[in-house]
Amino acid sequence: MTNNIITVASDNDGKSIWKFFVGELKPRGKWLTPFNIISIPIMILGLVLIVIRFWKGIGSITNLTQEVPWGLWIGFDVVTGVAFAGGAYVLTFIVYILNVKKYHSIVRVTVLNGFLAYVFYAGALLLDLGRPWNVINPIIGNNFGTSSVLFLVAWHFMLYMLAELIEFSPAIAEWLGARRVRKILSSMTIAAVIFGITLSILHQSGLGALYLMAKEKIHPLWYSEFIPVLFVVSSVFAGLSMVIFEGAISHRVFFNQISEENHKKQHSILMGLSKICAVAMFAYFFLKTLVFIHDKHWNLLMTPMGYWFLVEIIGFVLIPMFMFYYNSRRGNILYIRIAAILTMLGIIINRLNVTVIGFKWDAPNHYYPSWMEIVVTLAVIFTEIWIFRWIVTRMPVLRDSPKWVHDEK
Amino acid sequence: MGLDRRNFLKTMGVAGFTFLAGRSLASDLPDEADVEFKALLYDSTKCIGCRACESACAEANGLPEPQDEMTAGVERKTTETQRCVINAYAYGDTEIYSRHQCMHCNEPACVAACLTQAMYKTKEGPVIWRADKCMGCRYCMVSCPFDVPKFEYHSPNPIIQKCDMCYNRQKEGKIPACAENCPAEALIFGTRRELLAEARRRIAENPDLYQPIIYGENIAGGTSSLSVASVPFEELGFETNIQKTSYPALSKGFLYSVPSVFVLVPPLLLGIYEANKDKNLEEEAHD
Ligand code: SF4
Ligand code: SF4
Repeated sequence: MTNNIITVASDNDGKSIWKFFVGELKPRGKWLTPFNIISIPIMILGLVLIVIRFWKGIGSITNLTQEVPWGLWIGFDVVTGVAFAGGAYVLTFIVYILNVKKYHSIVRVTVLNGFLAYVFYAGALLLDLGRPWNVINPIIGNNFGTSSVLFLVAWHFMLYMLAELIEFSPAIAEWLGARRVRKILSSMTIAAVIFGITLSILHQSGLGALYLMAKEKIHPLWYSEFIPVLFVVSSVFAGLSMVIFEGAISHRVFFNQISEENHKKQHSILMGLSKICAVAMFAYFFLKTLVFIHDKHWNLLMTPMGYWFLVEIIGFVLIPMFMFYYNSRRGNILYIRIAAILTMLGIIINRLNVTVIGFKWDAPNHYYPSWMEIVVTLAVIFTEIWIFRWIVTRMPVLRDSPKWVHDEK
Repeated sequence: MGLDRRNFLKTMGVAGFTFLAGRSLASDLPDEADVEFKALLYDSTKCIGCRACESACAEANGLPEPQDEMTAGVERKTTETQRCVINAYAYGDTEIYSRHQCMHCNEPACVAACLTQAMYKTKEGPVIWRADKCMGCRYCMVSCPFDVPKFEYHSPNPIIQKCDMCYNRQKEGKIPACAENCPAEALIFGTRRELLAEARRRIAENPDLYQPIIYGENIAGGTSSLSVASVPFEELGFETNIQKTSYPALSKGFLYSVPSVFVLVPPLLLGIYEANKDKNLEEEAHD
């Protein structure tokens, strides 16, 4: 990565806009990195599979059945992906609403991550629609199925993307050197944040509420009328674990983007985040226990699904919770990162238990995703990372805003 | 005693029906403009397993004639090209039949699930699917407790296939093709109220033959597809792990809380924001 990119934005006033964009579209840095070597073939293969899917039908590349109509693309891409994107609303709450300045340096990258996650993972929903051309119906309002949880979730996705775009837009303005626009956009931040947090609470829980009507289809250890609450609470630490994980990678890959000062702050940021995670996980564990006692499923614990339930709760909630708690004081960064990874695995397991593994768990032919569904999922993730990288190397996301921003303050 | 029970059941049925259908009692009064729900009653004891209804259904809906054999004990399911099935079960040297199709729930989960109103509960009772609205999300399939809607996984322009109680024929004043073509009168068409009374009459007059249950009377909040049989329904491939109350009610609590979140959370956030706004200076001093 070259360093001169940092100057592009601030002194582009003389250059023609067109030249600027063409220049920005060119790749930066080396081509043959391990990441590129792995991701490019998968993205191409994914694209081919998507073409096949639109040509021959969804069944040509997925293992979905009449009894299991939602599989990996909904259960992982949408439901799990959106939980991981929860970091954005939690951090904007801490930074903008509680006004805790400490986390300011990571809020932009988190919002960007959240925004892209919505664009791509919620966008993966379009691949799963059999008749995507009719997606316009619930949007333009000629057919509002207002009794549908999916209607609510879909609308909240769209509005939330808008809110996140507004929250992120000052970075775009700084990149383009548009001073006046930046001022207007950043004055909208607080409104977007408040609106965004409200929407997030509703659609994070809404993703769980989607499954409320599938009462008998989901294993009783995971079905509960409280799924919506459990989903919101767990999205707090799911999102923050993602922030920790993503931060660990960014600090290596985009090392030279991050200022000396922010590198130093990292330690205390991580400790703070692990404390919040520990508290949220404790609340989650407490709720889970209450729900379990309320539903009286003791007899189910000694079944294979019961063991699996215990693995999820003990191995991927309790253990990382303690790791977060101890290291929020002792400050061992490695352990915090391991805890974050465990937590993320736990979220994947939990969301898949509700949506895929525990869905029709007792059916004779259980659904397993096909390799093609997995490739498409990976292709979606890689594309998102590509776009993320493109933006981070160009706009002031990890690095500090250009000097003129501070001068104007 | 018998009469008492019948009256009791009847009141319960009417009350239950009107309550669960979310309509006022007034809709049952004859002078009310509102129409009553239509329904189908299948009597397994009369069914001879000829599958004439399967063929009639295929013909009326432009679907391929069902080719697969019916073998006792093998559970055939409705598919994306077949809207109703007859299955056989061996009991001693006789066979007992069962019939499956969309239940046309009074409060259908599929309709509550559908975000485009493609799934639609008509005021006459049939639950229909409308191609020009559906976006193929399959949430109706996830939500239907009977796994009724079927999706064409191998088409670039897939449709949702399910029984619509021959809604178009009904509008022309005809009755559903299956009921019209049943040679044994095992399948009859009428208003839900009439058919429930008829089913109750049959059970009361012949308590040794019939199970004392009308499948569809209460299940999932009541349905327009009713069945009576001589053996327990779970032995005939009927889904019995179904709650009595309506399915849409399960997500109502969540949906109702949405407006309050929208009213309460933003002012709360704004309040917290205002309270913390001036913290900057102190923090800076600490640093
Ligand atoms: S049986 Fe299923 S598809 Fe038919 S009306 Fe009820 S919920 Fe809808
Ligand atoms: S698949 Fe079609 S009918 Fe079913 S819920 Fe989605 S939009 Fe409605």
